[in-house]
Amino acid sequence: MANLNIVEALNLALKQEMKKDSKVLVLGEDVGVDGGVFRVTQGIIEEYGENRVIDTPLSELGIVGTSVGLAIYGFKPVAEIQFDGFIYPAFNQIINHVARMRYRSMGKYTCPLVIRAPYCGGIHALEHHSESMEALYAHIPGLKVVIPSNPYDAKGLLISAIRDPDPVLFLEPKRIYRAIKQEVPEKEYTVPIGKAKIVREGTDLTLIAWGAMVREVQAAADQVDLSCEVIDVRTLSPFDAETIIESVKKTGRAIIVHEAPRTCGFGAEISAQITEKMITQLKAPVLRVTGFDTIFPLYKLENDYLPNPERIIDAIKKVMMF
Amino acid sequence: MPPLKVSYLKNVPPIQKELKLSSVRFLQILDEQGNCNEKIKPKISESTLREWYKLMVLTRKTDEKLFVLQRQGRISTFAQVKGQEASQIGSVGALQKEDWIVQAFRETAAMLMRGVPPKNIMAYYGGDGRGSVYPEGTNMLPIAIPVGSQIPHAVGIAWGMKLKKEKNVCLVYFGDGATSEGDFHEAMNFAGVFQLPCIFVCQNNQWAISVPRARQTASASIAQKAVAYGFEGIQVDGNDVFAVYAATQQAVQKARVGKGPTLIECYTYRLADHTTSDDAKRYRDEKEVAAWIKKDPLVRFKKYLEKKKIWNTKYEEAIQKEIEGIVERNVQEYENMGVPPVEYLFNHMYKEMPPALKEQLAYIKQFERKKE
Repeated sequence: MANLNIVEALNLALKQEMKKDSKVLVLGEDVGVDGGVFRVTQGIIEEYGENRVIDTPLSELGIVGTSVGLAIYGFKPVAEIQFDGFIYPAFNQIINHVARMRYRSMGKYTCPLVIRAPYCGGIHALEHHSESMEALYAHIPGLKVVIPSNPYDAKGLLISAIRDPDPVLFLEPKRIYRAIKQEVPEKEYTVPIGKAKIVREGTDLTLIAWGAMVREVQAAADQVDLSCEVIDVRTLSPFDAETIIESVKKTGRAIIVHEAPRTCGFGAEISAQITEKMITQLKAPVLRVTGFDTIFPLYKLENDYLPNPERIIDAIKKVMMF
Repeated sequence: MPPLKVSYLKNVPPIQKELKLSSVRFLQILDEQGNCNEKIKPKISESTLREWYKLMVLTRKTDEKLFVLQRQGRISTFAQVKGQEASQIGSVGALQKEDWIVQAFRETAAMLMRGVPPKNIMAYYGGDGRGSVYPEGTNMLPIAIPVGSQIPHAVGIAWGMKLKKEKNVCLVYFGDGATSEGDFHEAMNFAGVFQLPCIFVCQNNQWAISVPRARQTASASIAQKAVAYGFEGIQVDGNDVFAVYAATQQAVQKARVGKGPTLIECYTYRLADHTTSDDAKRYRDEKEVAAWIKKDPLVRFKKYLEKKKIWNTKYEEAIQKEIEGIVERNVQEYENMGVPPVEYLFNHMYKEMPPALKEQLAYIKQFERKKE
């Protein structure tokens, strides 16, 4: 057991899976000699050499597109996209091939690769470095979307993603890459994909979040004199509706918190599922606390953009009025 | 900090005082009249020549049958291959069974040569995904519709071959239009940087729907684009099966010994419309088409075989009859396939069906299926 942050936990997961399975490859921009711009792949090239840890050309489409071929040919590529805002040249590959190779070959060819990308704001980053576009990916049939919120889950979910027979987009909340330390077992373990986690049990209302927003929600729950149930969604696709529905059946109130833009955000999907399945048991409307339908701003405005405990508490007060 | 074990510095090329641009070769062995330059013609057995001719006829007949099926509403939109048979048969001819092929959507000849039955092609264009399940050992990815997007997959497969220390190669087909896509350039770049056993076969058929080759690139040839990525490009007469075969054979040999990729530009022509939904008369001159009909790869090859006393009218009649039988049987088998069960809508999305899909499948099964 070691006290690790998310970067270190991911690094450990990668090293362990590379040791266990010689078909696992790491590829991307600066992932080798430099160890990745966030150091997630630090030291791996020294252990596994340049045939398994590959510094690629600066070419997102090329990284993902060639990973499709590698995956079809029996490898397990773990492709790193350096920043969320640079993934779009690869979007065609993700939506047209990564996510549908199994379907369009009727199971003959599969594409079990992992695309890792840091995402979300809050680190005073440059333009295009603070995107939260997870809903775009959750909307793609055939692609799994996983977002950890802490070091323990980061390691266990990444191992699950690498072993998964289907493609996984693994979004890493860069704002908390080093902000949270936790006891992380040295031994291998997995955290299941497709399963939300009840982080804190409660009876008055259900707070639902993922990634860096889980921490904000916890902070808000700490500050109110109510029994809040907090759910970390962890996997947007496939989505664990059951855990959320069961919770809201108990509390009758739900608030979804995400920093992605509000319109068509994943919160809208969760809200729809809650109302479709249990509207008569709701005590209050399902509310969302989200980023705005704006471009993610340059960093002097990012605190105005990002949901925080104050805004979450405001929503809590609203649902408790019913 | 300890010194790094990995250094790319050894690969940095010295400053070149003089940039030497390699000129791109053009290769033709068999001309329009069926005259063959025997000095440079690769050795090909008579049985192989017969097999190739039969495949050309099978491709032409399948293509014609698909067209009829489309016009009768028995399949939907599809892309005719007419005119490009030599580009595909010559290139597949240089491969071994273990090699892989990544196709675009006009590779009927390559598919048939690789052992994909005509009924699969009919099924795919007839709206049935089961058509994309090819027989075992075909080593060919399904038809890829988004232009150029399949090229990096071939590079990834070739990369896998290299990492597994195999001697196999991966061959990828695309058209002149695809060379304007980023996918082409990023894939070519990876193949060059990592010296991968990938054969890029551009079937330059002069038209990307209505846009002529001159609008795709200001380069004098497509083959020369390889130079920028650090490997060899060659332009061949794409209607000359021997030239295509010779160039591919050379590229394959090079790739098998670790000498990296090659770009082969097959200079050919799309004799038909882009697809059955297109009307090429809107944008291209009939005289141009007429001139290319004279260069028909099938006719040219037939003339050669006739000169070699391999072909005669009796042989042609026998082949035509045999192939018509094959095509008709395939039409029957295709039409007997019926509509896939509704489960096929959900199967193969993931290895394990997630709860939401199970729910959606149960929902749709409550309704009676609509017949067209």
